[in-house]
Amino acid sequence: MKIIFIAWKNCWQKAGATTLTLLLLSFGVGIISMMLLLENQLSDKFNKNIKDIDFVLGAKGSPLQLILANVYHIDAPTGNIKVSEAQKIIKNPTVKEAIPLAYGDNYEGWRIVGTTPRYAEFYEVKLKEGKVFETPFEVTVGSYAAKELGLKLGQTFKSNHGLDKEGEEEEGHDQLFTVVGIYEASGTVIDRLILTPVESIWEVHNHGDHEESSHAGIVSAEEHDAELAHEDDHAHVADTLNNDHAHEDEHMHEDEHAHEEDHEVTAYLLIKRLPMAPMILPQLVKNTNMQLALPAIEINRLNENFGIGMSVVKAVAILIMIISFLSVFISLYNALRERQYELAILRTLGGRRIQLFILILLEGFFMVALGLIIGLVLSRVGITLLSDMAKDSFHDEFNAMIFLPQEYYLVGITLGLGVVASLLPALRAFFMDISKTLSND
Amino acid sequence: MAIIQTTNLQYTFSKGPELIFPSFQAEENSELLILGSSGTGKTTLLHLLAGLRKPTSGEVEVNGVKLSSLSGASLDRFRGKNIGVVFQTSHFVQSLSVLDNILLAPYFSNNKVSKSDAEKMLDRLNILSKKNKKTSTLSVGEQQRVAIARALLNNPSLILADEPTSALDDENAKDVLNLLREQTHALKAALLIVTHDNRLKDEVKQRIELTASNR
Repeated sequence: MKIIFIAWKNCWQKAGATTLTLLLLSFGVGIISMMLLLENQLSDKFNKNIKDIDFVLGAKGSPLQLILANVYHIDAPTGNIKVSEAQKIIKNPTVKEAIPLAYGDNYEGWRIVGTTPRYAEFYEVKLKEGKVFETPFEVTVGSYAAKELGLKLGQTFKSNHGLDKEGEEEEGHDQLFTVVGIYEASGTVIDRLILTPVESIWEVHNHGDHEESSHAGIVSAEEHDAELAHEDDHAHVADTLNNDHAHEDEHMHEDEHAHEEDHEVTAYLLIKRLPMAPMILPQLVKNTNMQLALPAIEINRLNENFGIGMSVVKAVAILIMIISFLSVFISLYNALRERQYELAILRTLGGRRIQLFILILLEGFFMVALGLIIGLVLSRVGITLLSDMAKDSFHDEFNAMIFLPQEYYLVGITLGLGVVASLLPALRAFFMDISKTLSND
Repeated sequence: MAIIQTTNLQYTFSKGPELIFPSFQAEENSELLILGSSGTGKTTLLHLLAGLRKPTSGEVEVNGVKLSSLSGASLDRFRGKNIGVVFQTSHFVQSLSVLDNILLAPYFSNNKVSKSDAEKMLDRLNILSKKNKKTSTLSVGEQQRVAIARALLNNPSLILADEPTSALDDENAKDVLNLLREQTHALKAALLIVTHDNRLKDEVKQRIELTASNR
């Protein structure tokens, strides 16, 4: 028999009060821990995916939407821009590199992105098996997408229009995409994408009739008209694409119908070469229907808005925790009144003051520690549920099985405050006059 | 040597009467009844004897040790080891079973008493069958037996009982008195009963009467 054992038993003697305390504490701890986990992983994802992208060049619209769609692939694109028009920006000497992104199709709801092999290289994503796509309709699949879709090397599939699975099934294309490679997991956005040469997207959409281009923001309304006009001209213009992915374009010449001038992409991710890029480039997009968005600024803005909500939730959680500490204090203090004889008897049996002090302190500690553990488990359950939701809507997930350094603080502070809450009752037990208590019989 | 000896014990409450107690002593295997109506300081005397309260003047000596020479933790330990106390109404740690409750006595006094010793004690008091029950489920008579078991488990040389029978009916009262006497003899201890219960008067020969005139 140990004091620890008595303290443990005592916790459950007053099950009602203990349960209430546990409930409050575990909710408080759970919410705070969940916020910490969420914040940490969101900012981790955001920062990892921004990497060194200085600008995103895309169609006019909400700059945040442009960033979300093209850097994080979680929103609809703002529209398309013409490759020819983008040249003067991406060829500017202040730009070190421009990576094209072309949307248009999906497979089972997973986005197929037309780009160059540089896209994955830029994120330092390595190949797990197979090779990187080279010719149109070859795809290299992100690890998470491959896992969820069950895609294997050599497998072929037909794409669907738009970015979402829903309602587009019957309008799929006839061209078959072939899986030629699978990337390693990287924790970046590449994990949940299907990458293919830009030409695949162009070919898919040139072969079909043009009504399809109204789907899911592949081509914006104005550009739709422009594209039709070009179709009539049948203007064959020499290859003007001399940017970084030019060597990729060789394959494209096989396609007689390719009109380089008319080709459209959804966005370019730009990496600057010179520090004055932010001064020069915005001038160049003036009077075009393109815009330049700065991921860092847009994400900061998003974080600020997010932050207010998070702060409110945290404040509520802290309030719940304060109430739970009060509850620890009150339940111990009340129990002390009921249990004063019991404690006096322990002294009569030879128990020392310090032992009673420790007993009460331990009871408080057990309640808080238990609440803490339940809270931390609850937050993991919450994150897992949230992760399932994120899986459905963003094809992304959160890791519930990590323990953050901030959570050590949470544990430390909670246990510390638990001790503080039980200190006064424990001191009362310490200074109790046993003779007086027993005389009140 | 006397197990307990008191000399010129006095106690003054800060806002109350001054209590002067007669000096007495008790040997091993002896029984002493301390009688008195309420207000004569019976419980105060018992607390002084147990070292639960310090006298204003005078001395209590148990097994040759002056209680005034001990303080704090060492007094608690000494009490735990040498003195068994039975109170009028028994208080237990509600969350623990009967067996765990009586095992508290050796635990807090650092005495080595095995579980089987504790079970033997419960057996002697006819409550072994209740060992895993919570104390609150027992009858008053059974609770008093558990309290006695707890007081005796450390083999104390002095057994102090504060109104051990006043809450009990005649039959239980007689039982409890007999048990206390039996165990006192078994342990070669001294038994001191503080009571106003007249039923005990005729049972115990040696007695001290506390009266208001002692004040």
